[in-house]
Amino acid sequence: MNSTQHARPLVLGIESSCDETGVGIVRGTQLLTNTVSSSMDEHVRFGGVIPEIASRAHLDAFVPTLREALAEAGVTLQDIDAIAVTSGPGLAGALMVGVCAAKALAVATGKPLYAINHLVAHVGVGLLQSDDGGPAFAGTLPADAPPADALPENLGALLVSGGHTEILRIRNITGDVELLGSTIDDAAGEAYDKVARLLGLGYPGGPAIDKLARTGNAKAIRFPRGLSQPKYMGTADEPGPHRYDWSFSGLKTAVARCVEQFEARGETVPVADIAAAFQEAVVDIITSKAVLACRENGITELLLGGGVAANSRLRQLTEQRCAAAGIRLTVPPLALCTDNGAMVAALGAQLVMAGIAPSGIGFAPDSSMPVTTVSA
Amino acid sequence: MLILAIDTSAVASAALVSDDTPESVVGCFATEDTRSHAEVLAPGIEALLAEAGLSGADVDAVVTGVGPGPFTGLRSGIVTARTLAFVWGKPLYGLMSLDAIALEVAESTDAAPEFIVATDARRKEVYWARYALTTGQLPQLLDGPHVGFAAELPDLPVYGAGAGLYADVVKAVPEFSSRQPEALSLGQFALARLAAGELLLDSTPLYLRESDAQVPGPRKRAL
Ligand SMILES: [Zn+2]
Repeated sequence: MNSTQHARPLVLGIESSCDETGVGIVRGTQLLTNTVSSSMDEHVRFGGVIPEIASRAHLDAFVPTLREALAEAGVTLQDIDAIAVTSGPGLAGALMVGVCAAKALAVATGKPLYAINHLVAHVGVGLLQSDDGGPAFAGTLPADAPPADALPENLGALLVSGGHTEILRIRNITGDVELLGSTIDDAAGEAYDKVARLLGLGYPGGPAIDKLARTGNAKAIRFPRGLSQPKYMGTADEPGPHRYDWSFSGLKTAVARCVEQFEARGETVPVADIAAAFQEAVVDIITSKAVLACRENGITELLLGGGVAANSRLRQLTEQRCAAAGIRLTVPPLALCTDNGAMVAALGAQLVMAGIAPSGIGFAPDSSMPVTTVSA
Repeated sequence: MLILAIDTSAVASAALVSDDTPESVVGCFATEDTRSHAEVLAPGIEALLAEAGLSGADVDAVVTGVGPGPFTGLRSGIVTARTLAFVWGKPLYGLMSLDAIALEVAESTDAAPEFIVATDARRKEVYWARYALTTGQLPQLLDGPHVGFAAELPDLPVYGAGAGLYADVVKAVPEFSSRQPEALSLGQFALARLAAGELLLDSTPLYLRESDAQVPGPRKRAL
């Protein structure tokens, strides 16, 4: 493909790494549609995402979601310049459905296919124009601005969801992304789900805990902040093994122990206080480590992405701490923070505009794809 | 009539079959292994079409094996077939994957009048179905598909890789003891059944097993 012919390529993006089947279509940095079918309701009674149920739902949702996206964008498959698909990281069986669908689409249409990193795609969404519901990075730029001008320099991304918790540094979104830190066990959203179950609050846990926490006293109980001890942190000059990493499994155990202690004493469990204190522990450690990583790596622009970006306390504390550290924070609209196909299309469009070669149709999905691999 | 048939219930395979062609084979491929579907299926189909000098517009229908088979592999073929049929605007049909082996049994020289086809269902079980043969007719499905232990199969000759795995407990037919369902036989079966005016299935997968998900019980104590 001649990349100079594609200053504003029409790209269709497919996402199936967890429980959302997403098809998005962009023209350059302009969002045309973001169609999502979620199997979340089917996971409620299990208290968490069940991979096999998610995979079955992807199979049945794919063609209807594709049809709806094309209709909504008012384009045909013949108009499309390239297809992009989440190739990893994510649930292996779920990724397989989207990848096979994308390859079939490439075979049937003859269009080039890009195998895309899901985490980098969460950042790519930051490049969509704000007047189309996209975030503000590119809001002041003309629609035909070259991609090199669209991303701020010294950019970082904090991604918090049910599937991941990461801080990234992005020097070049099409080829130079670095993982500064991540969770070493549960994702933050997963910790919310598990604690919500402990407290009898239902699934998904994030919104339930966020709501109840507003009526509780976060200072009533102090829960541990994982990996915050000096032996893990080290110093800026001599960083410890987990300076920018998180751990939430110990926190979950601490909440369980706390609930049991109230029960053992025959006292009413102060559910709202526990929810507030748990949320404070999660949000405090996420934001303090993220801001530390930004300061020590010269990051002055931070994008907050992932489904937990909907959490009111996470947004509030991230804003406060970023402001105090002189970091400009961008939070895309929630529909673009949760997993979706538009972010995959947005990153795909960047790859096309940068003249990067497509992936072909022989690649395998990679459930643990590293962020250093932007496209396969 | 030109059919593109796909089956990924065990190995990954695809075939172009046509009633205008001798033996009805335009082209076909099948992998040896059961774990590389996502990598090989789309390139294989692309090559099939290219080698035959055909495009999607020439295909009259897409047929997919709907299992039973290991879930992730099975879905890779079904989603491929559904997507191709959607983009090309062609009819899409499903066929039970074990039918592919049943047709091969019917065409073999010393086929039993009643027999079982079995494939590997992992977890020490097999997917199986029971067929009857009448001379000059297509094999007729009598019972199944089911999933279960090989030792519990009806006392009949058993064809297919599921028999080879459990030859100690079933009457495995040696010539078929490593046979897997493949798209070529499936496509030929589809052609024959459509010609006979029979209905085919839709593309709903035959999982036969629920997901392993457990509704969580009461909270476990952490102390
Ligand atoms: Zn995500």
